[in-house]
Amino acid sequence: MKMIGNEIQIKGIVASIDRDNIDTDQIIPTEYLKSIKKFGFEDYLFDGWRYLDEGKLGISKSQRKINQDFVLNQEPFTQANILLTRDNFGCGSSREHAVWALRDFGIRVVIASSFGDIFYNNCFKNGVLPIRLSKDQIESIFCAEVKEMSISLDSRTIEFNDTEQYAFDVEDNLLERIVLGLDDVDMTLKYAEDIKLFENKRRKEKPWIYADE
Amino acid sequence: MPSTLYDKLWNEHHIKTLDSGESLIYIDRQYLHEVTSPQAFEGLTKKDLKPWRLGANIATPDHNVPTERGRSFTVENIDDNISKIQVVELDKNCNKFGIKQFDITSSNQGIVHVIGPELGYTLPGMTIVCGDSHTSTHGAFGCLAMGIGTSEVEHVLATQTLKVSKLLNMRVVFQGKPQQGVSSKDIVLYLIGKIGTAGGNGHAIEFSGNYIENISMEARMTICNMAIEAGAKVGLIAPDTTTIEYVKKHSSLSDNDLTLAQNHWNKLSSDTDAIFDKEIIIDVSNIKPQVTWGTSPEMVVDYDATLPDLNSDIQANKKNIELAKQYMGIEEGQKLTDLKFDRVFIGSCTNSRIEDLREAAIAIKGKKVSETITEAIVVPGSGMVKAQAESEGLDKIFQDAGFIWRDPGCSMCLGMNPDQLKPYERCASTSNRNFEGRQGNLGRTHLMSPLMAAHTAINGVIGELL
Ligand code: SF4
Repeated sequence: MKMIGNEIQIKGIVASIDRDNIDTDQIIPTEYLKSIKKFGFEDYLFDGWRYLDEGKLGISKSQRKINQDFVLNQEPFTQANILLTRDNFGCGSSREHAVWALRDFGIRVVIASSFGDIFYNNCFKNGVLPIRLSKDQIESIFCAEVKEMSISLDSRTIEFNDTEQYAFDVEDNLLERIVLGLDDVDMTLKYAEDIKLFENKRRKEKPWIYADE
Repeated sequence: MPSTLYDKLWNEHHIKTLDSGESLIYIDRQYLHEVTSPQAFEGLTKKDLKPWRLGANIATPDHNVPTERGRSFTVENIDDNISKIQVVELDKNCNKFGIKQFDITSSNQGIVHVIGPELGYTLPGMTIVCGDSHTSTHGAFGCLAMGIGTSEVEHVLATQTLKVSKLLNMRVVFQGKPQQGVSSKDIVLYLIGKIGTAGGNGHAIEFSGNYIENISMEARMTICNMAIEAGAKVGLIAPDTTTIEYVKKHSSLSDNDLTLAQNHWNKLSSDTDAIFDKEIIIDVSNIKPQVTWGTSPEMVVDYDATLPDLNSDIQANKKNIELAKQYMGIEEGQKLTDLKFDRVFIGSCTNSRIEDLREAAIAIKGKKVSETITEAIVVPGSGMVKAQAESEGLDKIFQDAGFIWRDPGCSMCLGMNPDQLKPYERCASTSNRNFEGRQGNLGRTHLMSPLMAAHTAINGVIGELL
C-alpha cells in the first residue's frame, strides 16, 4: 500500500480464479490449521490447487510438486497482490488462517461479487481489502482478461486497461482500520467503563447468566 | 415498533453505538477449542491482559483429537506431534488463565457445539460466540450465536464484547409434516439447495413454522447448525416449551433462577407483525431424502434424482458444475444411486447427538455393513452422548453390524485428526461440508442424514429407505 501524495493506492498484478463459492477450506486446508502461529502461511495458500501432492505443515514449497496449470504458479501471477474471483468467496469455516494465508502470500485486495460474512470481517483485521462489485462488472473484468489494476482507496475506484473505471463501496471505519492498522482490542478497551456498567446491570437483572461462576 | 427475535436479542445486548457506526455488543458465553484459540491467547499475553470474565469461557479440544482412545488415553498419546502441540497449548492456556476446560481425559469432552447445550452452558437468550462457524448451532435455543475469527476470539476474551454491525432479518417458515424417513438434515439440505450457499449472506435466519414447533432440540440444532451453509452466520429458533424442558433437564440452575429466567425466555419471540427483509415458506411434506452430489452443500438433489447434466440450462454456472463433477468422479448421465461408496461416517456437530445415533441404530439392527464398504464409523459427539448410547445398547447394535464405535471428537468431519479419507474414496457422511479435500486430500463427500448414511453402509450404495 503506497501513499501517493494524499492518495492511497494499491497497484499491481491481478490473479483470477474463475469459480463461485471458493470456501476457506480451499483457501487453506485444515492440515495447516495445526499451526499455533499467526504468520508463515504463504506456501499453503490454495494448497489443493497449487500442488499436485499432499502437503504437511512445515513442508515448504520447494519440496512440493507444483501444479503448473494453477494461476499462482505462473508468471507474473506469482507476484500477484490482487485476487479476482466470482461469487461468495470465503464461505464456510471461520478460520482466520484463510486471510493470513492470502496476506502472507502478498494478496492485499480480493475482488468478488460477494463474500462469506465471517471471512469478510476477518479481512479487515489483517489488512486485506475485500471489494464487492456487481456480477456484471466482475464478468467484464474476466472478459477483458485484466492483468494489472490500480485501486484508489480515496476515491474508492478500481482502474484497469487505462480507461475502465469502477467505483466500489466500503464502510469508512473498516477502510480506516486497514489503512491505519488499528487494533480493535485497544480501541474497545477505551469503553471499559461502559462495558462494566452494562455488565453490572445485567448481572442484577439476569442472574442466571452468571449462575455458574 | 414490532421487532424480530433477532432485533430483541440485539437490543438486549447492545452496549453502545461507536463513532464508526458499528455496535459494541455484550457476549454472555464464549466456547473455545484448540484450533482457533492459540493465537488469541498469544495476543492476550502480548498485551498483558487477562480474560475479562473468566466464567464466560468454556473450552474443550475436539478438532485434533484421535477418536480411538480408550480409557487411559492422555494428551501424550497423540501420535501426530503437531496436533499434540495444539491440544497441549489449549491445556496450557486454560491452566494459565484459569479457564474451565473439559480436557481430553474428561468424560464430558466432546465437540464444542454438542457439549455446550448438553452441559447446560447454552441458555436461551444468550449471546454466544466461538472461533468456529458452526456456532450457529446454539441459535436453536433462541441464542444470538455466531462464529468469529481468531482476532475476535481475542477481542471477546479481552473485552467481553464484539464489535459488529447489525445483520438483516430473514425468516424461513417450514410448514407441514415430513414423510417417513425424512429428517431435519434433509429439510435443511433442501433449503440450502433452494437458496444457495450465499442465500443467507448478511442475514440472521429465523426458522419457524409448525414443522419447527414439532421437532426436538436435537433436530433444531441440526437445522441451526447448517444455517452457516446457507450463508447465514446466525440461525435462530424461538424458545418454547420444548426448549425449556431441555434446559431444565440439562442445566443446574436453581429454582429461583429458573423462574426468573423463564419469565424472560417466554418473551423471546418475533412479534407477529415484525417485518423481515426476506422471507421464504417451504412445504416440507413433499421433501424427499436429500443427498449432495458436488463440492458445495448447495449441490444437493433428491436421493433418487438424475444428476444435473451439463447440457441442461437450469443451472447458471456450468463451469462450477463441471469442476464439481470432475472432482467427485461423476460421469454424465449417472444417478446418485449408481455410485459405489467406500466409507461411512456418522458423526460431527450436525448429526452426532443421541437422537441421530438412535435413528441410525434402528435402521441397521440385525443387518451387516456391506462388504464393499472399507470402513463405517460412528463417532458420538460427546462423552455424554457416548455414555447414553452405551446405556441403551446402541454401541452393541453398531458393532454387531460391523460399524466401528469411536470416542468423541470432530473426527472425519475435517481432515485434521487421524480419521481421513484416502484420495478418491467416496464417503457417505452426516457432516456439514462437502468441500474439496474437507475429509481428506482428494476425498469425495456426500452429505446426508444419519438414516441415509446407515442404509448406505448396509447396501454399499444409496437406495430406498426400506
Ligand atoms: S464437527 Fe466438523 S463442523 Fe463441527 S466443529 Fe467439528 S470440524 Fe467443525
